[in-house]
Amino acid sequence: MFNETVLKEIDEIKAKYPDRKSALLPSLYVAQREFGWLSHEAMECVSKALNVPEAHVRGTASFYAMYKHRPVGRNLIQLCTNVSCMILGAEKLVDFLGTRYGVQPNGTSQDSRFSLVIMECIGACGTAPAMLVNTDFYDNLSEKRIEEILEKYK
Amino acid sequence: MDIMEKFLLRNIENPNSADINEYVKAGGYKNLSKALARDPKDILEELKKSGLRGRGGAGFPTAMKWSFAKADPKFPKYLLCNADEGEPGTFKDRPILEKNPHLLIEGMAISGYILGAEYGYIYLRGEYPAANDILNAAIKQAYEANYLGDNVNGKGVKFHLAVHQGAGAYICGEETALIESIEGKKGQPRNKPPFPVNVGAWNMPTIVNNVETLSNLPLIIEIGAEAYANIGSKECPGPKLFCISGHVNKPGVYELPMGTSLKDIIYIHAGGMRNGSKLKAVIPGGISTPVLPADSIDCAMDFVAMPKAGSMLGSGAVIVMDDSVCMVKVAYRALKFFEHESCGKCVPCREGTDWLRKVLERIENGNGKEGDIELLTDIAGIMLGKTFCPLGDGAAGVVMGMIKHFRNEFEEHIKNSRCNFS
Repeated sequence: MFNETVLKEIDEIKAKYPDRKSALLPSLYVAQREFGWLSHEAMECVSKALNVPEAHVRGTASFYAMYKHRPVGRNLIQLCTNVSCMILGAEKLVDFLGTRYGVQPNGTSQDSRFSLVIMECIGACGTAPAMLVNTDFYDNLSEKRIEEILEKYK
Repeated sequence: MDIMEKFLLRNIENPNSADINEYVKAGGYKNLSKALARDPKDILEELKKSGLRGRGGAGFPTAMKWSFAKADPKFPKYLLCNADEGEPGTFKDRPILEKNPHLLIEGMAISGYILGAEYGYIYLRGEYPAANDILNAAIKQAYEANYLGDNVNGKGVKFHLAVHQGAGAYICGEETALIESIEGKKGQPRNKPPFPVNVGAWNMPTIVNNVETLSNLPLIIEIGAEAYANIGSKECPGPKLFCISGHVNKPGVYELPMGTSLKDIIYIHAGGMRNGSKLKAVIPGGISTPVLPADSIDCAMDFVAMPKAGSMLGSGAVIVMDDSVCMVKVAYRALKFFEHESCGKCVPCREGTDWLRKVLERIENGNGKEGDIELLTDIAGIMLGKTFCPLGDGAAGVVMGMIKHFRNEFEEHIKNSRCNFS
């Protein structure tokens, strides 16, 4: 079960909406932060905290791409390869991440340092290619720049 | 008003532009005070005269939508801001959300007053974590300064505002899917009617408008409907944010009068083609809008002229491609996106996007068969007009546009069993 502080946080989220069910998406983010990913236990906690059936919690969570449905590495790279990024070389960067860091799309490197998810447009098309590392945003990417950026994520 | 004067992007060069003090110093929140001194019905009438149309893509007249919600006797009413900017190629709302959040908050407070809505939510896409922090900080400042709360500006008007963070689903930009999502469900579109203006969030009358639409409200109050209607196109006036990406010298977000020509956007504002390369094609309004070949860009970018030119204004997201780009590959990548984002509720979209992607993938990989182009046209034809929401139409339209203008490229791929670009 969530601890008191987290339950209080979820109560504050609930207060923003006319019904408790609407607090589900933000509460899933909280659970993900607490457990690292949306494990069975994490979703059970959300279900209890909101008094919403577990099946509904799991069904809803499964619909959204930004919830982590399996454990991920210490750092999550979310790289866009949609059209604006693609025409400026994003696919080569996917290959580069594979050869340089041993991380494949939807996979995690053996040392658990990085996980990689291919994103569908992160709204940085004017400075493509772009990625998020955890919640930090980077654009105008090249192989060299990626190496410099990832240096600080251990 | 000087057409080059910026309003939506006013002051964003100031590094502290997101701070309330800077916004107020630049004249911010004056328009909210002006609005609160007037009868909401008068302002709605003025909004009607201004000719403002929704900036999310459909271009529906804003005042008309609002009058439906206002006429519904049920309370409370809700105002939802669609900040789920997910249409690939689109990054126009981002500078408002990150650099000018108080413009949006002021616009929403004015809108809430006009509509009689006491609660507003900003549905923000999960991929904008920085904007989430900035908006929450700005909302907190606006509460402290009494521009939000139970007694806005001491005028006895109530308006509360909160951010609701999405979690990575393109379909939630469709207004009824957005409502489902804010209610804590999968983002699957609802049947219409009833329309959200009558039965929306929590079954109450609900207005859903794009960030840019709501951010126009302070300007209309500031300069009045008449002056506003004189900006840009006659049939859909006002300033418009265009975001240009791809092979141009100066990609970025530009605030220009609605109806600026696509050619000028590319060659004047975005500085022309990068490294002097040759223009091949333009996707003018985000990847759901049909492609235009290089010789068809002499058109006015607005909701009326673009359909006549064979595409749509969409979100004003201009993707510029030079002759190094393979159009089959672009179509394939676009369909991979639509297949991934199809919510699965209706068969033509769920199955259609899957099949279109499969056929495009094999053509691009050199495994295309004779008859594949006809097969694509056939599938797209079956989808058009038969899907639950515009996602399926968009996917079908993209494929049809590509085949219409670049059929020879598809034929070459199939004939040579390879992509000549890779």
